[in-house]
Amino acid sequence: MIHVEYYLIVSAIMMFAGIYGFLTRRSTLAILLSIELMLNSTDLNFAVFNRMLFPEGHEGYFFALFSIAISAAESAIAIAIMINIYRNLRSIQVKHLEKLKW
Amino acid sequence: MEYTLFILLLPFLSFLLLGICGKWFSHKLAGLIGTCSLAVVTVLSYWTAVEYFTMPRLADGTFETLVPYNFTWLPFFSENLHFDMGIMLDPISVMMLIVISTVSFMVHIYSFGYMHGERGFQRYYAFLSLFTMSMLGLVVATNIFQMYMFWELVGVSSYLLIGFYFTSPAAIAASKKAFIVTRFADMFFLIGILLYGYYCGTFSFDSPEAMNMVQGGFILPVALGLMFIGGAGKSAMFPLHIWLPDAMEGPTPVSALIHAATMVVAGVYLVARMFPLFIAYAPDTLHIVAWVGAFTAFYAASVACVQSDIKRVLAFSTISQIGFMMVALGVCTAMDPHEGGLGYMASMFHLFTHAMFKACLFLGAGCIIHAVHSNEMSAMGGLRKYMPITHITFGISCLAIAGIPPFSGFFSKDEILTACYQYSPVMGWIMTIIAAMTAFYMFRLYYGIFWGTENKELHAEHTPHEAPLTMTIPLIILAAITCVCGWMPLGDTGFMPFGQFISSDGQAYHIHLDGTVAATSIIFAVAAIVLATIIYRRDRQPIADALAARFSNLHKWAYYRFYMDEVYQFVTHRIIFAHISKPIAWFDRHVVDGFFNFLAWGTNSLSYAIRGFQSGRVQQYALIFFLGVLLVILIMIL
Amino acid sequence: MNAEFIIFLVLALFVAVFSVMTVTTKSIIRAATYLLFVLFGTAGFYFLMGYTFLGSVQVMVYAGGIVVLYVFSILLTSGAKDTLSKVSKGKIAASLISTLVGLAVVLFIVLTHQFKTAIGVGDEPCENLITIDTIGQFMLSTDKAGYLLPFEAVSVLLLACIIGGLVIARKR
Repeated sequence: MIHVEYYLIVSAIMMFAGIYGFLTRRSTLAILLSIELMLNSTDLNFAVFNRMLFPEGHEGYFFALFSIAISAAESAIAIAIMINIYRNLRSIQVKHLEKLKW
Repeated sequence: MEYTLFILLLPFLSFLLLGICGKWFSHKLAGLIGTCSLAVVTVLSYWTAVEYFTMPRLADGTFETLVPYNFTWLPFFSENLHFDMGIMLDPISVMMLIVISTVSFMVHIYSFGYMHGERGFQRYYAFLSLFTMSMLGLVVATNIFQMYMFWELVGVSSYLLIGFYFTSPAAIAASKKAFIVTRFADMFFLIGILLYGYYCGTFSFDSPEAMNMVQGGFILPVALGLMFIGGAGKSAMFPLHIWLPDAMEGPTPVSALIHAATMVVAGVYLVARMFPLFIAYAPDTLHIVAWVGAFTAFYAASVACVQSDIKRVLAFSTISQIGFMMVALGVCTAMDPHEGGLGYMASMFHLFTHAMFKACLFLGAGCIIHAVHSNEMSAMGGLRKYMPITHITFGISCLAIAGIPPFSGFFSKDEILTACYQYSPVMGWIMTIIAAMTAFYMFRLYYGIFWGTENKELHAEHTPHEAPLTMTIPLIILAAITCVCGWMPLGDTGFMPFGQFISSDGQAYHIHLDGTVAATSIIFAVAAIVLATIIYRRDRQPIADALAARFSNLHKWAYYRFYMDEVYQFVTHRIIFAHISKPIAWFDRHVVDGFFNFLAWGTNSLSYAIRGFQSGRVQQYALIFFLGVLLVILIMIL
Repeated sequence: MNAEFIIFLVLALFVAVFSVMTVTTKSIIRAATYLLFVLFGTAGFYFLMGYTFLGSVQVMVYAGGIVVLYVFSILLTSGAKDTLSKVSKGKIAASLISTLVGLAVVLFIVLTHQFKTAIGVGDEPCENLITIDTIGQFMLSTDKAGYLLPFEAVSVLLLACIIGGLVIARKR
């Protein structure tokens, strides 16, 4: 018997690993990876809630589906931006992205 | 007489033209523009004078005061109180127009030769035009405020002219000194004007109805006294005389124009302008003026006796002669020239004659300096062989200033002495002695330059020569004026016409020589000249050397002008700078500035402190955001 | 303790471990690889729950598409050998503590909340609950529970992304 809590625990671990990575990473690409982790954990939550708590509905399922599509779009744009930054600055370290600061 | 406007306008236009476009003009063209505009101005001035003085007199025998131009420039709330700009013609302003334009015209011609090939020739003529314009504007001012404006313009242009050789440190220092000293005096002038305007409700020279309001008060004497301080600054009265000897650093024609004939008499003119007020409301102030003038005349004459720089001698003699004019004004006790108001006429008369012969002396000195390239008497001596025209004209002027008839100086000085004797015999004797000193030091100068020991080495190396025609013609003209302007019969006006035109009450006054006074002054002057001849005529001067050795201390003191400059130095540096300015500067730097620096520092450090909130670091924002969310969740579940 | 639960346990362990390793490893290319594993594990969860289409989309789009894109860009920008720079101890500690506190809070909520599990769920082995046929019907229906509008919106978004990506990354 797999309870809904079990999935949620795994998802929470994934989520907070992503948060930790977001806070500590220096490379923008690594930060994006962390964001993917967090997105993934929410997808899992959507699916789990749908499956375990409301099996007759489909909302969570479709949310997860659309979320995957949107994250694909997001990463495509993010990577385009990264490449552009790299071309201009020769680095994608967060600390170097300060042209627009103050 | 609308054309009088051009008297002001033409020099101003020529100043603008030469000042702005001068650098594209050749020297000749620039000089011609300046001289021609001045020639027209001179003609206009003479024409004005002729037309003005041939007008029928008013019923009470005075000349009408004309105001061809006047417009209200700055109105105030009060009806009487407004700044006007305009042209006012009355006997003294017309007389001044003649003096200024004549001397200025002579100087313009003379400068052609003197400044020949000088760098900044065009600039020089531009400044001369500006100066002439401001001086003319000063004398025709309709009210005291306009007078003040042109007064300051005169100050500026004299600053520019004294500092004309701006590459020489001495000239820079001299121009700065002249500017600061006269400016300092002008501050009192301005205070006086403001007091006058505030309490009398007018800026015009006389307004009896306004005067009545303050009659008996002490405001008017104080205001007039303050105005006199301003005039004393410009006219180099003791102790504000210190700028004038240094101002000799300027080109010599400039000294002739500014320091002999025009600017330095501005103070005398101011007092003459305010004369009705002085007589009516502040006779005591007027007598202070007299004593200040007397002391200045004596001080300057004693210094002039020992100076070796010929321009300095002339400078001190100018100070002394202006002292005479001030004394003449100061000894007046009434408006009626027959009853103690003679000094007014005498002062104006002396102003007129002095302007001519002193300009001649300065221009002659310029010729001499031009010839020997030095200001020192030691480089001269025996020049009469080389420069006959200069010699004769210089001699005539010396005789005039010494008060020998029939030259003009005799008549005007005689009137001054008569006025002094009328006031008090003490003053009369003092002035007679000073007049004798004048004769002495002028002839010391004359013999030192044209007779005495010739500096053969220097002259062998560079033979002195007579100056070119452009320089000698003005000398001849001025000397001719000096010869005749004292006594020339003019129509039916009598033997000495000056009093016909100008007197304290405006009515015609017949000048008559007081036999005793005239005889005394002639005897004194001749005695002084004889003394000077004995001492300085020869090649060797044993008496002079012996005297200098005998009274070496006195000689040294006089030579160093009684250390007045050192006194100023001490007062300004040791007392004012050290004990007043420094604490103020400290206060300003530490308390006033410190307060604002503290504000700036506070803002700066506060900004530094809270800068972290806006670090621009995304991850920091994320962490704070995350912690906030966490906090909200904790609050919700607890 | 049936086979399904064992599979779940294995998958859960796999996902948790690789999640943590993704954010702690020093090499960025390895981080991407571990992320790939995590995504595969998540896909396993979807299969376990009977969401086979979702699982296959996860594998195809996420694992096959996005991560490959990441690997490309990593290689383009910094190279495989590039290691992640060191981060200050204080920052790590602060992040770690706040993360752990957050995790504790969330776990506390999850464990104390009484979820009303739907009846019959989890008893029988999962079949393919939603067929592709049903999904297609939902995607293109305009009913109350239809997703035509989001579907079209996402398609426009993806088109915009293609163009935007090209415009941004294009050499000028």
